Amino acid sequence: MSSKQQSIVDPMVTFEHVNKIFNPGSVNETTVFEDFNLMLRRGNFISVVGSNGSGKTTMLNLLCGSISADSGRITVDGADITNMKEFERSTFIGRVYQDPSAGTCPDLTILENMALADNKGGSFLLQRGVNKQRKDYYRSILEQLHMGLEDKLGIAVKSLSGGQRQALALLIATMTPLKLLILDEHTAALDPKSAETVMELTKQVIEEKKVTTLMVTHNLKFAAEYGNRLFMLHRGRIVFDALGDEKDRISIKDLTDRFDEISIEDGN
Amino acid sequence: MDVFLGLLQVVLREGMIYGIMAMGVYITYKVLNFADLSVDGTFPLGACMAAALIMGGMNPWLTLIVCFVSGCLAGSVTGFLHVKLRISDLMSGILVQTALYSVNMLVTDKKAVLSIFNMPTIFSSGLGGAMYNTALDQWAWVIMALIITLVVKLILDLYLKTRSGLLLRAVGSNERFVVSLGKDPGNMKIIGLMIGNGLVALSGAVLAQQKESADASSGTGMVVMALAAVIIGQAVFGHAKKMRGTTMAIVGMTIYRICLTAAMQFGLDTIYLKALMSILFVAALVGSRMKDERSAKNVIKAAIHR
Repeated sequence: MSSKQQSIVDPMVTFEHVNKIFNPGSVNETTVFEDFNLMLRRGNFISVVGSNGSGKTTMLNLLCGSISADSGRITVDGADITNMKEFERSTFIGRVYQDPSAGTCPDLTILENMALADNKGGSFLLQRGVNKQRKDYYRSILEQLHMGLEDKLGIAVKSLSGGQRQALALLIATMTPLKLLILDEHTAALDPKSAETVMELTKQVIEEKKVTTLMVTHNLKFAAEYGNRLFMLHRGRIVFDALGDEKDRISIKDLTDRFDEISIEDGN
Repeated sequence: MDVFLGLLQVVLREGMIYGIMAMGVYITYKVLNFADLSVDGTFPLGACMAAALIMGGMNPWLTLIVCFVSGCLAGSVTGFLHVKLRISDLMSGILVQTALYSVNMLVTDKKAVLSIFNMPTIFSSGLGGAMYNTALDQWAWVIMALIITLVVKLILDLYLKTRSGLLLRAVGSNERFVVSLGKDPGNMKIIGLMIGNGLVALSGAVLAQQKESADASSGTGMVVMALAAVIIGQAVFGHAKKMRGTTMAIVGMTIYRICLTAAMQFGLDTIYLKALMSILFVAALVGSRMKDERSAKNVIKAAIHR
């Protein structure tokens, strides 16, 4: 890619010729990605759909560093992160998991969770853990959730409901400036109403922070409704990709039709 | 009456001294969620180091600091084995515990017991000695033990409120969360094991100074005792939300020592002591589980009646 092209498309994330094989050399050998290429533009909100085993989760894990690529290159904001450890990437990548208990510390209070997140990127030495002067700020951002959490700063996160925890996880993941926000089926474990609430909140946060977002979801309605780009993964390849106006015209029916095509291909 | 007061003295003194160890195990077992068996080696390490250093003429207060640091080093080895070499938590502890046996023999110059009778210790010189020489007599030991344990507890409570302390609690609660904060949970585990084993060694060092001797084989059963104390403390006071884990550990240890002392008073032969320690541990574990289940049932019952 020439420098001129790069400046036009302004990528936040690139996958370049990435290969990933699980259990190589065994009977369970599974090739997830073979020469996988992807480019995510800065400031976009991208939805990803795909059936089980399509490589969605592997893609996120490669990007966040939970697993490493066999070969190829992954960059974020122009920097090569292929060999960076997961915790190092976390300083500029925020992730909200499917499991509502994954994004927060269940045994710590809301206040302690927020204080830890607030200090992300700073030093964790013998300074006072919770800065009392920041309490009002924490309350003000919790108020945006309209869940009454601003009055419950002192209670342990494990006593919150799944929806409340996930909303808190989203706030916590985006408290400090990020280059990239990863939403890993973050509404899948919630009841329909909480899922709607969290998704609406997600949209607000993304618009406010203007952060590049990659959302993997099984909810085709959310995929069609939110974001400005949508692509479908199948067997480690992008089989469908729509951007901007084209994306806006996509209906759930279009997506289910696409899924049917894939299933027929698979012989189901 | 005198017998009773004498027993109270013993129970309080030992509850406080072993309470320091219970706080160390509270850090590894409860805060870090790590079953650390190196304790059986670090406790006599602290005791033997203290005795050897006092024999060498070191200031008894200074030995406490050196013993704490030696425990930290042992803990860092456990952490290194677990985090960097990916050996399981139980195995890492057992390996360090076993290796420490040789280290302790080296420290005591191959003696099984190291006596520091009539040498200056924190209990026989300075403040402790001055108190002992007043009418306080052996209560002076209780007061000294109480002071040391409370100071350690306050420092530990303060630490757990710092950023580093919060991060340590986060590692035990949800490792992924720590990763998402851009921090390496492995390093925090090593720090937690260092603090925990440092406290265990400190406990051994204080005990050696009080008993004026160190026994290289005094470590057997220490993990069982400290874990039981932590579990008893949580079971008895678990619902008192305002009570700190460190306090629960100290009180749990005192209750545990009361049980042991009572059994001895009823004429139990000391050879059964270790078996009794295991039985008490099982009782504490099963008892606390039954208590949890009963309170869960009560919650469900209350919900149905409503």
